[in-house]
Amino acid sequence: MAYLDHAATTPVRPEAREAMLPWLGDRTGNPSGAHRLARDARRAIDDARDVFAERTGFAPGDIVFTAGGSEADNLAVFGVLDAQVDEHPGATAVCPATEHHAVLEAVEHRAGRVVGVGADGRVDLDRLAAALDDDVVLVSVMAANNETGVIADLPAVLDLVDERAPRALVHTDAVQAFTWLDLPERTTAPSGRRVDLLSLSAHKFGGPQGVGVLAVRPGTPLRPQLLGGGQERGRRSGTQNVAGIVGAAAAADVAARTRAETVARAGAQRDRLADGLHDAVEGLVETGLAGSGAERDRSGKVAGSCHVCIPGIEAEALLVLLEDHDVFASAASSCASGAQDPSHVLAAMGVPRELAGGSLRLSLGWSTTDADIDTALEAVPAAVERLRAFAPTSHAGARP
Amino acid sequence: MRVLVAMSGGVDSSVAAALLQEQGHDVVGVTMKLWGGESDSGCCSVSDVDDARRVADQLGIDHHVFNFGDDFTRDVIEPYVADHAAGRTPNPCIECNRHLKFDRLLHRAEALGFDTVATGHHVRLATDGAGRPHLARAADAAKDQSYVLYVVAGDVLDRVSFPVGDMPKDEVRAHAARLGLRTASKPDSQDVCFITSVEGRRGFLEDRIEYTPGRVVDATGREVGRVDAVELVTVGQRRGLGLGGNPTPRYAVDVDVATATVTIGDRSALRSGTVDLTDVVWAHDPVEGPVLAQCSAHGTPHPARVVPDEAGGATVTFDEPQRRLAPGQSVVLYRGDLVVGGGIATR
Repeated sequence: MAYLDHAATTPVRPEAREAMLPWLGDRTGNPSGAHRLARDARRAIDDARDVFAERTGFAPGDIVFTAGGSEADNLAVFGVLDAQVDEHPGATAVCPATEHHAVLEAVEHRAGRVVGVGADGRVDLDRLAAALDDDVVLVSVMAANNETGVIADLPAVLDLVDERAPRALVHTDAVQAFTWLDLPERTTAPSGRRVDLLSLSAHKFGGPQGVGVLAVRPGTPLRPQLLGGGQERGRRSGTQNVAGIVGAAAAADVAARTRAETVARAGAQRDRLADGLHDAVEGLVETGLAGSGAERDRSGKVAGSCHVCIPGIEAEALLVLLEDHDVFASAASSCASGAQDPSHVLAAMGVPRELAGGSLRLSLGWSTTDADIDTALEAVPAAVERLRAFAPTSHAGARP
Repeated sequence: MRVLVAMSGGVDSSVAAALLQEQGHDVVGVTMKLWGGESDSGCCSVSDVDDARRVADQLGIDHHVFNFGDDFTRDVIEPYVADHAAGRTPNPCIECNRHLKFDRLLHRAEALGFDTVATGHHVRLATDGAGRPHLARAADAAKDQSYVLYVVAGDVLDRVSFPVGDMPKDEVRAHAARLGLRTASKPDSQDVCFITSVEGRRGFLEDRIEYTPGRVVDATGREVGRVDAVELVTVGQRRGLGLGGNPTPRYAVDVDVATATVTIGDRSALRSGTVDLTDVVWAHDPVEGPVLAQCSAHGTPHPARVVPDEAGGATVTFDEPQRRLAPGQSVVLYRGDLVVGGGIATR
């Protein structure tokens, strides 16, 4: 089996599972309680807070635990906008068209400004500049894209915002970035300006599903979206998922400590995979390459991302054939029905709809082996060949 | 055999999948995502996909969802709108069968290594005197769907399967209930999947075409009424023509969008002895001679004679004059219970 869908979700790391088990077994306690067992649970999540603070460049008190990355993104957008709406009725948010739906839908829900990107998927600083004015209170740019792996130049974004909308906050969805990038480094401008809000999702770096983080600088006006007992300093009510948070922190810690090694190993595996596909699949186009694409410069992408567009085939069919050969990957995003939806990211990059229909995302991670790459290099070209041989002809019985 | 079963989330396709599995085939279910907009029911709403998926889970078979929305828009929705704008009354379910279920899906199935595509349609396969396969009327006459399937013809008939076609509907439900399938008592979907009961055909088209107000005239050309939208008037329609109360019933006998004119006539004017068909699909070779002609999904078949022409059309002459067809409607031709062909009525 070749699991090449780490961008969708990652296997739970053994360290995370070990850390969680006691909290799924004998240990119990509600972190909001007063007695010792409750305090033990509180300590466990506060220790987790310290881990995330260190790994994101925030303070422990800045860390808000959520039920996932989407909730963290929603909290960032709605939390910031809602906090401004009374004093600043025209307050609006800006984001690029390539953001994850959890940011995009939230921004669009509040009639925010969505800006186009370049053909390479990178933020177009001119277009972003044109969208910035005194009404903008939040700019959200993801640190790495979930489909294409493209890394954002957040320092440039921070500088631009300082110049054009100095009172705006900057949020980054770092869900796909944590595994691959040193976040404090990547989210700080030369001027020293840092991002104000940052989202994470545990199941993307070897933690369990159902746990996320929104890191928020102190003093950031943020209206909570979940009201109740006032947990997380009033920013996100609800009993914390102790087992999940403990597992998330264990995973985050290992991921950060082994990051350099993971980047080197996965990067080499990814290069072998991508280069091999270039050789074996005629007409294949690799996504997210820097420059003209001629030199296969992948430096602008995270190390585990291999995203290609294959002319003449349909991603949906390709994924079924790959599954039959125990290769697990994805294309764009699935809608609620489970069907593949056309990629809004590729559309924003100007990739023609039909070519985008042949997109394939192979994403590597902490557990990817060389054997996985071998399997994929065998299965993908064979599947493509079969689909190209069966390419649909004109419809029988069609009306003129 | 490897069989791909199109599962709409209804009881018929649920049982079709179950039967094929019982027969020992290697079965995989698929639901096609066709319409992304509002719908009451039909094959496209998420809860129907969930039903199909959970039935597949109960049967222990794989289930996929294929997004054919672009094809559906191009091959069903857009022609539906264009036909209405031109004064025709199409049957979109027939176009969906023609382009999606038995073309697009068949190609996908073949590419994925399936031998056959099966559906839960109430229709049977039978052979003619020459041993060739034909669609044939279902065992349950009230549920017979052969009319909307006439576009399934030729070689395609070798690659399709209709497991519930020889079962009465209540037996289908009983089988589902015996297996504990969650769709056993789910009501059948009634209407066109992309039109909601709230907005109706009128509301759907209103967003997409500009209605032309028109005159209603009698046979002499004298104006006797007005309508807001000639595009919504169907041949055979009696109400909504802006006519005053009249002892003699009068019907729309012709709709001309170009001149925004609806011509009305009495019952005899509504009758016609012949209808010309275009886009004729023959089960195998063109047929000439006596047939039974059915003009609506559950209409009475009428004795007639068919003469094919060279341009891919045919003329159908009824033994007894029948109610005029609205242009765009299909006429399906049977010999006995077997479908021999069908086509679309012209003006």
